[in-house]
Amino acid sequence: MTDFLLSAAVFILFTVAIGLFRILYGPHDADRAMAAQLFGSGGIATLLLVANATRVPGVEDVAMGLALLAAFASVAFVNSIATGESEGAGEK
Amino acid sequence: MSFAPNLFSIVAIGAGLIFFLAGTCGLLRFPDTLSRLHALTKADNLGLGLVVIGLLPLADNVLAALKLVVVWVLVQLSGATVGQLIAQSTRRNGRTE
Amino acid sequence: MIVQTLDIGLAALVLTLAGYTVLARATFPAVVSYVAYGLLLSLIWVRLFSVDVALTEAAIGGGLTGVLLIGAAGKRRGTAVAATELDPTQPLRWAIMALCALAALALATVVVSLPDPAPTLAPQAMENIATTGLGNPVTAVLIAYRAFDTMLEKCVLVIAVVGVWSLACDRCWGGAPDVPRAVARGGTLTFFAQVLPPLGILIGIRIFWIGADEPGGAFQGGAILAAMWVIIMMAGLTDVPAISKRWLRIALAAGPIVFLGVGILGFAAAGGFLAYPHGFAKPVIIFVEIFMTLSIAATLPMLVGGAPIRAPRP
Repeated sequence: MTDFLLSAAVFILFTVAIGLFRILYGPHDADRAMAAQLFGSGGIATLLLVANATRVPGVEDVAMGLALLAAFASVAFVNSIATGESEGAGEK
Repeated sequence: MSFAPNLFSIVAIGAGLIFFLAGTCGLLRFPDTLSRLHALTKADNLGLGLVVIGLLPLADNVLAALKLVVVWVLVQLSGATVGQLIAQSTRRNGRTE
Repeated sequence: MIVQTLDIGLAALVLTLAGYTVLARATFPAVVSYVAYGLLLSLIWVRLFSVDVALTEAAIGGGLTGVLLIGAAGKRRGTAVAATELDPTQPLRWAIMALCALAALALATVVVSLPDPAPTLAPQAMENIATTGLGNPVTAVLIAYRAFDTMLEKCVLVIAVVGVWSLACDRCWGGAPDVPRAVARGGTLTFFAQVLPPLGILIGIRIFWIGADEPGGAFQGGAILAAMWVIIMMAGLTDVPAISKRWLRIALAAGPIVFLGVGILGFAAAGGFLAYPHGFAKPVIIFVEIFMTLSIAATLPMLVGGAPIRAPRP
């Protein structure tokens, strides 16, 4: 079972690494934000699998922290895009 | 006796892996931003959800299982929000930078 | 075998992301790469069995730093100064790269050439942990054995905020900073910022509380609380406070002041600076940690917000 969980973790890491291409080449910034989101969920899945396989205590809290903050960079990105469009509108 | 939960976990996690792979392939191969977003949200929700479901029988106690579910709910929430926000931003800006 | 594959894969991914962060030409790709790098780094910390550090990395590197960098990039974009004037010159870049490579090489050499088993104080730390009343050795080191360092770090955080604020233009002093916030009051972000913070605050308080016996602690809990405040500000549900607000300044200073006060009281109570009275250590530690968490939750969003950009309203 442990071997299976670890293999699953390696597999997810591999698919997430493929998503790296979107960060490197994604023509628009939105694509890169999406790739970062994939890293977030893939990373959490890998974390949960590895934690269960290697019996490290307290890792669910790290997963909760990651899950809480997964969206932050994307939210900041979308907001800064919006203000970039309306820059020149002066002080808000 | 512990064979049945293990089999269930293996099946669920295996299905989750398939969705992760599908989502990543979609992210890479689909022609434009919005369809890639569609692929991504499937990987987020279903992939992680199935992995969590697969890990639930293996949890040490009820509290640990509950924490797994909380993680899944949080990822669902942020994934859905980010999907909507990126789509709105893409549509508003006409897919330009 | 599989574990080695996992570790090598993680290391390779992290190095690739780090390289791309440095070499990317545009700002946003570099920031996204950096956030992804932070996410994977917390995975590596878990593989190294350092769960407390993984928590901190997830909170700070995964969330807050990303917002800080994107906000800073956005502000820089809006300034009138030509970008090329302030960018480092080619020789300077080469010098920076050489120094960083040298430092990394030195660290790697030291880590790889450690004797096996490596010298460690962990057994002594675990022996004496019962006197502190704590169960988590990391927290014991932070708040009991090396409390002096932690107190100084909290003071450094306040000084950092003052330093960031001092970048304001003269007429803006006393005004409010800005975070990347939504221009249109969209339904999605508002919903998100109304649903997430209650959960996040609960989780943040829990992680702070659990730090006494399990991985967690004041810094991690405070960072999560800080992130909740940042998302509420980003959604436009509350204004970024002006830096002249008294409650803000009290919140920022409370942690270091309480810590310092407890330290001075240690002379009377237990015979030394930052000494805890025997048998009474844990309540004192929790008391100090509560104020530390409050200060961290106030400091980190102020660092993310940056310097004030508009003149104070009368």
